[in-house]
Amino acid sequence: MTATAAPAFRRTTARPGGSALAGTGTLLRFDLRRDRIRIPVWLAALTLGTIMPATAYPALYATAAERQAAGATMNTPAGLAFTGPVHYLSDYTYGSMVSHQLLGFMVIMVGIMSVLMVVRHTRAEEETRRSELVRAAVVGRHAQLAAALILTAAANIALALLLTLSLGSLGIDGVTWAGSLLYGAAHAATGITFAGVAAVTVQITEHSRGASGMGLAVVGAAYLVRAAGDSADSGLSWASPIGWAQQTFAYLDDRWWPLLLNLAAAVVLAGIGFALSLRRDVGAGLRAARRGRPVASRALTTPIGFALRLHRGMLIGFAAGMMVLGMSYGPFLGDVEEMFRDVELFSEAAQMGGATFVDSFITMIMTVLAIVAAIYVVIATLRPRAEENAGRAEPVLATRLSRAGWLASHLTVALAGGSVMILLAGLMLAATGAPTVNESGLFGEIMAASAVYIPALWVTAGLAAALVGWFPRAGALAWLVVVYAGVVGYFGTILQFPEWMNNLSPFGHIPRLPVEDFTWTPLLILTAIAAGLVAVGLYGFRRRDLETK
Amino acid sequence: MTTAIATSGLVKTFGSTRALDGLDLTVNTGEIHGFLGPNGAGKSTTIRILLGILRPDAGSVTMLGGDPWADAVALHARLAYVPGDVELWPNLTGGEAIDLLGRLRGGLNKRRRDELIERFDLDPSKKGRTYSKGNRQKVAIVAALASDVELLLLDEPTAGLDPLMEVVFQDVIGEVKAAGRTVLLSSHILAQVEKLADTISIIRLGKIVQSGTLAEMRHLTRTTIEADTATPVTGLERLPGVHEARVGDGRVRFAVDGEHLDGAIKHLSGFGIRALTSHPPTLEELMLRHYGDELAAETNGNRHGALR
Repeated sequence: MTATAAPAFRRTTARPGGSALAGTGTLLRFDLRRDRIRIPVWLAALTLGTIMPATAYPALYATAAERQAAGATMNTPAGLAFTGPVHYLSDYTYGSMVSHQLLGFMVIMVGIMSVLMVVRHTRAEEETRRSELVRAAVVGRHAQLAAALILTAAANIALALLLTLSLGSLGIDGVTWAGSLLYGAAHAATGITFAGVAAVTVQITEHSRGASGMGLAVVGAAYLVRAAGDSADSGLSWASPIGWAQQTFAYLDDRWWPLLLNLAAAVVLAGIGFALSLRRDVGAGLRAARRGRPVASRALTTPIGFALRLHRGMLIGFAAGMMVLGMSYGPFLGDVEEMFRDVELFSEAAQMGGATFVDSFITMIMTVLAIVAAIYVVIATLRPRAEENAGRAEPVLATRLSRAGWLASHLTVALAGGSVMILLAGLMLAATGAPTVNESGLFGEIMAASAVYIPALWVTAGLAAALVGWFPRAGALAWLVVVYAGVVGYFGTILQFPEWMNNLSPFGHIPRLPVEDFTWTPLLILTAIAAGLVAVGLYGFRRRDLETK
Repeated sequence: MTTAIATSGLVKTFGSTRALDGLDLTVNTGEIHGFLGPNGAGKSTTIRILLGILRPDAGSVTMLGGDPWADAVALHARLAYVPGDVELWPNLTGGEAIDLLGRLRGGLNKRRRDELIERFDLDPSKKGRTYSKGNRQKVAIVAALASDVELLLLDEPTAGLDPLMEVVFQDVIGEVKAAGRTVLLSSHILAQVEKLADTISIIRLGKIVQSGTLAEMRHLTRTTIEADTATPVTGLERLPGVHEARVGDGRVRFAVDGEHLDGAIKHLSGFGIRALTSHPPTLEELMLRHYGDELAAETNGNRHGALR
């Protein structure tokens, strides 16, 4: 990078083609400096998230027969939708298991990392007008996007190397070095494809949040497309970048060429991004900003109406996502009975206390839905912190609106919004799932199963609120609740974590309806804890200095 | 005369930085008080303490008879604030932001709002993110001035406004004064404050170093005069209060203390003035003249040397 950038700075009359990239090397080093903690954290989390389950497989499935039995449980539309193509089951080695069960899920995370990274260094910079300063220097018009893409590609390649080295050195039977190399490369190629997606979305809208949202929606859609394709064993999986990664059949067939599709898509998307960027001004989107009302409505100028307006986009977007998520699981409920029936091994684990397989499956999905709803809760609760950071809280708090009233109006949206999220997901799961199962009262059971998670979401909001009130700069620590609940929820039963690890998460105390019986006590205790945390947060916010620019 | 704002011995530290170092500020009811100081002197920190957004580490504050921290909400109903760096909500229009801030303050005068939007030539239907710095500033100014409040806290309110709009702003503040309201107007440009303020306090390194009416401060000001004359000027150096005189071929340039301006101009007119320009002293010149030696000492590493 240094070699290409340095001459561009010295040259007074750069060639027309080269000047568009002038300064890319300098910007790349600058971006790397800004992400010097962020990137290692991502890479470490993604590597650990792969190594932990991979090392657990030999202990859980000691013999080839047990592996085949585990594979057989996957051989249903629902099982394949959650994992990957059916071809993996033809020889279910430990390698095939890693590739089949983990790859599809982990590349979603890689996609999130890539989209956020590209947006952070392009559109977010433009939105804050910092890029004007940068672009006024000897910096080509394509340099910022180029630097962001190179940075993201480099992070992905580093991840591939980490995965290869760590998996290869585990020495697990069937987890070969050659397969590990391809397995890592599949992550990188998919991540780079989603970086290309972000290169396009950052051109469309003026807002970094809108650009991230669109990019992440593409990641989600890619997963859903491959889920639909794999569950029906149809060619639809080939319409998804995540599908391409899985079609490498790392550890099974080790075929490299599907990754060429990922790379080709990345190149085309990046090219579109660069081309679109020429059709707009710095700071502007492709869509022109619309004019609005010259006078505020009555509703806007109440504290809660104002908070709702600021949260509106995120509320609507997330609600739509939760409904799609609920709908995507529902149609498989009818398959579940068949999926588990003949498998003794699984029936012990899954069939708790004489519950039906459908009920066990619903509790499993609910854990996932609740954790996704918790993501919303954390975003919404940290929103007032973002307002404070941007200097927009100060003029509002110079009015008759009290500090507690201002924060409480945001928290109200977060608490109510989080409840709406899990209920909407439950509603769509029930609406699409209940008709496929011949069991009366299932609709109500699913709604109850989603409603019981509300107190856990409130505790999550309460923790984030307490951080905002007392340790505003550590607000992002609230994400640990979600990550922890996610790890325990997703891997806890597979890896048989000890009970205390489950109890550390607010989500671990929720009665798992409809398998377990409903009980008020934990729900009331969690609600009380949530109320206490919110009160602590409000109290702290009232007595600390507002952070000002 | 009653006191609108009184602080004594106000101290505020941010980590190792001492932003306010025993600040004593008094603003009387009904006056326009210029709050002057270079960037980073502690003007914004003072105003934020008055707003109850920051809590002082030591010292006492009384504003409108209350405690800005404890009685924040009650006091906010009686004051309006214009921040120095206005940040708007990207997806709210300017008009919505004005109404929001006004109504949250307890209501705004609709007729006055529309009149101010007209006078400041603001388009209220544009989204916050599309406004330039000057237009964001106008939004905050209109929101503050459209409320019927007793006290205005204005933190460098005209930064980013063009000269035409600055004139409009001065007119509006004149009307505010006529209505008997109190204004605390911070700025780092002396000329701006001079036009509006009855009294001035100069802050430096977190302390008030000068305070009084403009007339009392006149001795601090030194005007720079440049003139073309018909015959070469002589004898200028001997006049009292004249400094740095440079006489060229039919051209003269010198600085003169405020109280000796009259004598210098009378002397000059004897040589046939053809062209005359005068530059009011900037705050920077003023600070440099009175505290220049300390400034020099600071650049040698003594950041918090005591004031003499």
